[in-house]
Amino acid sequence: MPLGNREGGCVGREPGDLTARVVRRAPGLALGMRKTASGDSKECGRVDQTAWMRVEGAARRRARTTTLVLFAVLAMAFVVSLLLGPSNFSPSEIFRGLFDGQGAAGIVARELRLPRAGLAVVVGAALGASGAALQGLFRNPLAEPGVTGVTSCAGLGAVVAIYFGLTVAHAFLLPVFAVTGALLSAGILYLLSRRGAGAIALVLAGVAVASLATALTALALSFARNPYAMADMVFWMMGSLKDAKPADLYFSAPLTLAGLLLLLSASRGLNALTLGEEAARSLGVDVASVRGRVVTGVALATGAATAAAGAVSFVGMVVPHVLRRFYGYEPSRLILPSALGGAVLVTVADVAIRLIAPDGQLLLGVVTAMLGAPFFFWLILRHRREA
Amino acid sequence: MSAAIVYEGVSAAYGPRTVLDGVSASFARGAVTGIVGPNGAGKTTLLRIALGLMAPTGGRVSILDRPLAEWSRDALARALAYLPQGSDAHWPVLSRELVALGRLPHRAAFAPVSAEDGRAIDAALERCDALGFAGRRMDELSAGERARVLFARALATQAPVLLADEPAAYLDPAHQLRLMNLLREEAARGSAVAVTLHDLSLASRHCDEIVVLSAGRSAAQGTPAAALSDATLADVFGIAAERGPGGTVSAIRQL
Repeated sequence: MPLGNREGGCVGREPGDLTARVVRRAPGLALGMRKTASGDSKECGRVDQTAWMRVEGAARRRARTTTLVLFAVLAMAFVVSLLLGPSNFSPSEIFRGLFDGQGAAGIVARELRLPRAGLAVVVGAALGASGAALQGLFRNPLAEPGVTGVTSCAGLGAVVAIYFGLTVAHAFLLPVFAVTGALLSAGILYLLSRRGAGAIALVLAGVAVASLATALTALALSFARNPYAMADMVFWMMGSLKDAKPADLYFSAPLTLAGLLLLLSASRGLNALTLGEEAARSLGVDVASVRGRVVTGVALATGAATAAAGAVSFVGMVVPHVLRRFYGYEPSRLILPSALGGAVLVTVADVAIRLIAPDGQLLLGVVTAMLGAPFFFWLILRHRREA
Repeated sequence: MSAAIVYEGVSAAYGPRTVLDGVSASFARGAVTGIVGPNGAGKTTLLRIALGLMAPTGGRVSILDRPLAEWSRDALARALAYLPQGSDAHWPVLSRELVALGRLPHRAAFAPVSAEDGRAIDAALERCDALGFAGRRMDELSAGERARVLFARALATQAPVLLADEPAAYLDPAHQLRLMNLLREEAARGSAVAVTLHDLSLASRHCDEIVVLSAGRSAAQGTPAAALSDATLADVFGIAAERGPGGTVSAIRQL
């Protein structure tokens, strides 16, 4: 690089740099370039801006196309999900039942099929957005909601509710306990971050919280008073949308929405964290508040999802990772697309397991873990190669 | 004209360990102030205190004629641009997206990049000679190119004070010179520029003022020739210097 003409605009830089390329590609702009030989940097900026706008325009088109494709796939999978089930109703009967709610088809459509399809969307959106925000916060593409201990604590809350037979007293008590468990773990992490714990300390604290919750869950299992409660707990922990009820949708959708809004409110801070914590703080970002909002948002969304569907792992890790190449690497751009992508993944997976095993032996959480874990290893290997 | 940043008897500690012990120093407007000193002398801490990243345990700091405590977080972010030591991008975002982060203090929450932001970003990229790779990902650039983009991020804030911690590390000699010229340009525009450096010859040739820190105390402040006197070099660094024109340090040797 020549050290000369550093005060000048884009005059006389080495060939092959951006301005020169623009001139070659767009002869019309070359005239403008020649005028800048006097060093008029305004003109020069305009030419470079054109090149950048081309890059940015292409990125925007790619993102828009991806969004459209994801919406289309989601719509199709959602419809297929409504049509799948053990009862033999024709598609037209199901759709009629969905709209008028009359007869057996109406009950099946409204009480069974719609909650299951809707819950897949909500659970996927919650996990995808949580994963995207956490990866931004920890600046690590391997992060997912599970590392905060939120999933395990939500599971513990639910198991406690089942253990004490509270679910019999009122169906709403299970989600209340699960979300409370998630918020408890988030509260611990939040207090730690308020006291100045860094990202790595938070991850390790999340691991500790998760193992404590797992131990307490195991304790509840071994003290279970009857085998039915134990079976209930084990089944619930494996993660499934099989027994989705309308009530599950009613509580998980608003909680997930609230969590999503909290995550979105942290977007700006998450972007600034790309530069590291010191630089982000020097840009006026309250890093502790960003951590608090992300951790609480993840607890609300993931807690609600776990309460409704049990532990569904790896969705939060895989989805943002796949979408990054279509939406770019800025954390803020990935939160909403990851919600959409998560909804697609969980809905498609839930349809797939019903097509493969119509009797319901395949559970959603088991399948995502079986596919997600190898993906995780592949990711680690790829990162090692890149590093 | 008063200095942009004034430290008066500032002390600071990490837990029980004192890192600054009654340091008085100032960074003048329109000048490049070099901060030099052995490892652990407190150079970075001095910058972090002005930025509000760390609370001093004693003394007074004033930024642009106002006590540090009176500055709001947002106003301070617009007044001071900071390039931390060893900064890097944690995601392979596009170069221009990274530089755009320097405009965050000027943008309301969720506001898109305005035309004015765009001009500031392009001007910063241009001055760092980084326009050529504005549309490339950070992980496709060499270490030197990345350093230029990161520096452009700090320039894009267009703050009246620029604080840079070891910006010359990882740069080849030609880019070190180019960096010092950029800092000089910033100062010529009226900014106060403070930069920590390990290369004493670079510091003595390109800075208007030098602050020498030694074990948390200010050992000297003044013109390069005065601050980097033979006595100070011997006391603080345990080295002797060969001098170029104007008393600049041209080479050093162990005492």
